[in-house]
Amino acid sequence: MATEPRILTGGQAVAEAMRQIDPDVVPVYPITPQTPIIEGFASFVAAGRAHGELVNVESEHSAMSAAIGSALAGARTITATSSQGLALMAEVVYIAASMRAPIVMAVGNRALSGPINIHCDHSDSMLVRDSGVIQLFAENAQEAYDLMVIAPRLAEHPDVMLPVLVCQDGFTITHSAEPVSLLADEVVRGFMRPYRVEAPVLDIAHPATQGLFAMPDYYFELRHQQLAAIHAALDAFETIACEFGELAGRRYRALETYRVEDAEHVIVCLGSTGGTVKDVVDELRLEGARVGVVEIRSFRPFPREQLHELLRVVPTVSVLDRADSPGGAPPLFADVAGVRGGAECELRSFVYGLGGRDLHPEEIREVFVDASTPAYLGLRGAPCPV
Amino acid sequence: MPELTAWDGLPLGGIARPGEAPPLRTGGWRTGVKPAVALDLCINCLLCWLYCPDSAVKLDGTTFVGFEYDLCKGCELCAVVCPVDAIAMVEEDDGD
Repeated sequence: MATEPRILTGGQAVAEAMRQIDPDVVPVYPITPQTPIIEGFASFVAAGRAHGELVNVESEHSAMSAAIGSALAGARTITATSSQGLALMAEVVYIAASMRAPIVMAVGNRALSGPINIHCDHSDSMLVRDSGVIQLFAENAQEAYDLMVIAPRLAEHPDVMLPVLVCQDGFTITHSAEPVSLLADEVVRGFMRPYRVEAPVLDIAHPATQGLFAMPDYYFELRHQQLAAIHAALDAFETIACEFGELAGRRYRALETYRVEDAEHVIVCLGSTGGTVKDVVDELRLEGARVGVVEIRSFRPFPREQLHELLRVVPTVSVLDRADSPGGAPPLFADVAGVRGGAECELRSFVYGLGGRDLHPEEIREVFVDASTPAYLGLRGAPCPV
Repeated sequence: MPELTAWDGLPLGGIARPGEAPPLRTGGWRTGVKPAVALDLCINCLLCWLYCPDSAVKLDGTTFVGFEYDLCKGCELCAVVCPVDAIAMVEEDDGD
C-alpha cells in the first residue's frame, strides 16, 4: 500500500499528510519551527493539489478561533503552531476542547519565551496539558506523518470529539530530512470517514446554541464530560491505530516499549529522544545491561494502566522531561509518579534539552549506569539544591 | 429549583436546542424602580421596543401595550429613548 520511501523532513511529511487528508479549512499563522508545515501545504493549495480553504489569519488566537467555527460548521479543519503561537491560542484551545471541536493541529515543539528561543523543548505542549486536548508525540518524521493521518480519525471518533495535537520536536524532526514512506493518496482518503458534528452551526433548520455559559450548577458536569471523552480516546486510538497498522504495516500504541522484557532499568520519555535512547539501550544490551525504553506516544490521554503494569515489574525507572515545572515536579515525572500505585520501583527524575540543548548518548548512558547522575542533564554547574 | 442533569445526561459540549433552556425571569434583577407608560401620550414609535435589551416591551401586533415585568431588569433605556416622555421610572409598588 505504501509508496517508495522519500527523503522528507517532518514538516514536509506532515504537509503531505495534510494534502492527502485534504481538509476543508486550514486557518493558520506561521511560526518557527512549524512554518515548513504550512509552507508545504500552502504550496499544495497553490498548485491545486489540495482543495481546502487556506485562511491567512492575523494571529494564532484567530487561527484557533476560526478553526472552532469551521470545525463546528461541519468542515474538517486542520491548523498548526509552535511555542508562542500555542501560548497565544491557549485560551481558545481550552474552548475548542469544551465545544468538542474535532480539530487536528500539528505542533512543532519549541521552548516558550523567555528567554526567547526557537529550539525544541516541550514547554509549549505542557502549557496546554490540562486543556482537554489529545496530545500525541512522534519520535521521527515517519511517526509524525503516520500520527497526522491517524489524528482526524481519533479527533472525529464519536466517543471522542476532541482536538488532537500531533507533536513533533522542533528542528530535530520538523527540519531533519530522513526516509519517510507515505501511503498512497487513495489509501489515506479511504482511511478517512465522513465528517460529522453534532449540530453544524450552518444547519439553520436545526439551530442550536453552542459554547454556552455554564454556572456552578453545570460547569463541573461539562468538564467531566470532556474527561470521559479523553479517557475514551485511549480505546479509540488502539482501534484506529490497529486499522492503520493493517494499511501501513506500522503499528502504534499509546505506550510503546523497546526491550523492556526482563529490564532492570527503563527510561520513560517523549518525542525524538526516544530514538537516541533506543540506540543507547542497544549498546548497553550488547554489554549485558538489562535496560529498555518506554515511549509515551499518547501523552494526553496518559496510558496509566499500561504504565502501571510496567512499574510493577521494573525495579528502576528514570523519567526524562524536556520541560520543567519551577517549584514543582516536571510534568512527565509527575504523571509517572501519579500512576505508581503500590509499585515498588525506584523513580528518578531528569530534566534535559531545554531550549534545544542536545542530549548526547553518553548522557543517557550515565542515567542508566550511574545512580549519582545529576537531575539536570547537560546543565553547566551543580544543580541548585531542591 | 429545577432538577439538575448528571454529566452523562448532557448533550455533547453542552449545546442547547431551541426551547430547552428554562425561562429566565430576569425581572427579579430590578432594584426598586420599573418603567411605567402613559399610553395617552405614546405615539407608538416603538423606539422602546427597539432599544429594550430584554424583550420586555409588549406589542399587540405592532402596537405598544405595556411591559413584561418578568423580563424587565429596570435598565431605564426605554424611558431615556422615549421622544415624548410617555415612559417614567416609578417605585415598584406604584403605577401599573
